[in-house]
Amino acid sequence: MLIGGQTWEFRSKPAIIGAAAVVGPEEGKGPLAGDFDYVFDNLEINETTWEKAERRLLEHAGSAAIMNAGITKEQLHFFVGGDLMNQIISATFAARTFAAPYLGVFGACSTSMESLAIAAMMVDSGNAGFVLAGTSSHNCTVEKQFRYPTEYGSQKPPTAQYTVTGSGCAVVAAKGSGPRVTHATIGRIQDLGVTDPFNMGAAMAPAAADTIVTHFRDTGRSPEDYDLIVTGDLASVGLPIVKDILKQDGLQMEKTHFKDCGLMIYDREKQPQVFAGGSGCGCSATVTYGHILRQIKAGRLNRVLVVATGALLSPLSYQQGESIPCIAHAVAIEREGLQ
Amino acid sequence: MATKTRPGARIKLNSVSLDAEDYKRIAKKHEPSRSVFSNCARAFLVGGVICTIGQAIQEFFKAVFDMSEREAANPTVAVLIIISIILTSMGVYDKIAQWAGAGSAVPVTGFANSMCSSALESRSEGLVLGVGANMFKLAGSVIVFGVVAAFVIGIIYAIFGIQGGHS
Repeated sequence: MLIGGQTWEFRSKPAIIGAAAVVGPEEGKGPLAGDFDYVFDNLEINETTWEKAERRLLEHAGSAAIMNAGITKEQLHFFVGGDLMNQIISATFAARTFAAPYLGVFGACSTSMESLAIAAMMVDSGNAGFVLAGTSSHNCTVEKQFRYPTEYGSQKPPTAQYTVTGSGCAVVAAKGSGPRVTHATIGRIQDLGVTDPFNMGAAMAPAAADTIVTHFRDTGRSPEDYDLIVTGDLASVGLPIVKDILKQDGLQMEKTHFKDCGLMIYDREKQPQVFAGGSGCGCSATVTYGHILRQIKAGRLNRVLVVATGALLSPLSYQQGESIPCIAHAVAIEREGLQ
Repeated sequence: MATKTRPGARIKLNSVSLDAEDYKRIAKKHEPSRSVFSNCARAFLVGGVICTIGQAIQEFFKAVFDMSEREAANPTVAVLIIISIILTSMGVYDKIAQWAGAGSAVPVTGFANSMCSSALESRSEGLVLGVGANMFKLAGSVIVFGVVAAFVIGIIYAIFGIQGGHS
C-alpha cells in the first residue's frame, strides 16, 4: 500500500527466494569477486557480438536465479527486466529464452531496483506467485551506443565511470525463505542542468538525495534503522556530493554505513581504468544480488536500503545539448525473521 | 563541468533547497582536478615520438629505396597508418591515447585509429550497413571540415596570390 507520497509498503513482505549475479573478467578481479555466482574469463562472454554477450549474461543470471530459487522456468509467472540498450533488446531477447510473460522496464542504471520494486508489488498484491526481476549491462555495448567505438583512442576525464559487465537477477515469491522486500520508494526525475555525459555521478546525485530524503519522510524511518545504505553508481564524484547535500539537510548519515555499489565492485587503486568507479544496470544489480543478499543471509546485515540511480539520457539528447534527467529508486530489503 | 541553465530547476529536500547555480557550486567542489600542464607535456612527448618515428621511416625510404623527400612521403604515411591499425586491432592504441591525449589523436595515426575502431565496432552489423556506413563516423567530420578549410584558403590564394608562391 502507498504510504507518504512515493513509497510502497509491502505488508506481506515478499521473499527473494533465489538470486544470482554473473560478471565479466574485470569485475572478477574486484574485491567482491567471491560473492558472484559466475565469473566469465572473457569480455566476449563466449559470444560473437557485444549485444549477444550482454543478453547471454542476463540469460545466465536469470537461469541461475531460477535454479537457486528451487523452482522451474515453467513455474515463473512473470519476468520484469530491462537494460541500457535501445529498445531494451537484452531483456527482451532474454525473455524469449525464459518464455515467461514479460514486462520490459527502462530506468537506465536504476532498472535493477525499478524491476525489483515492480516484482515485489506484483507479488504483494497477489497478482503473481513467482516473479523474476533482472537486468544486465556490458561495458562494450554501452561504449558503442553512448560513447565511441571501444578501440577509439579518446582520453576520458577522471569523472568518467566504467560500465560494469554483469547481470543480476532475483526471484521474488509470496512464500518461501529468503531476504524480505519491505518497502520501495519510487523516485522523481531530477535535473539540475548537468550536461556532461562523462560526469554521471554529479548528474545523478540530486536524484539520489531526493529519493533518500523522501524514503525517510514517507516511512518515518531514519538512517540508523539501516545497517547499510547503498547508492547504485554515483562513484567517487557523486557519493561525496550526496553526502554533502544530505548533511546540509540535517540527515545523520554517519549513523549508518553509506556506500556506493560503483565503489564497492572495483578496487580503484588496482584497477585505475575504472576512473571514478563502476556504473551501468549491472552495477547495482550484481552488488545487491551477489554481495548484499549474501551478507543479509549470513546475518551480517539486518536491513539494507538500495538506492539505484539512473541517468536517463540518450546519445541523441546530449548531442542536441540537452541536460541529463536522472532518477533514483530505493528498495528496502531485510533479513528473514527480523522484528 | 558542462552545465546548462534550466529555468525553474530546483531540488527541495526537508530544509535544503538548491537551484542549478547552487548545485553547480557544490558539484564543482567535488570534481577532481585535472592537470592541464602534465596533459600538454604528455601530448607533446607522444606526438613528438610519433613524428620522430615517421621521420625515421622517411629517412629509411630515402636511403634504402633511393627516393626523394617527396617520393618518400606517401609510403611513410602508409607505414604509420598500418602501425596504428595493428595497434588498434590489438587493443593497445586506446590505452596509449588515454595517457597521451591529443598527442596520439592529432597525428595521422589518430585518424587511422578513428577509422579502424569504427570499422571493427560495426563489423557485427555487416559489411555494407556496418563497416561501409560507419567507417567515417568519426573521421568524416575531419574530412568535411578539412575540405571546407582548404576551399576557403584556396579562394583567398586565388584572389590575393602569394608572391613567389609554389615553384
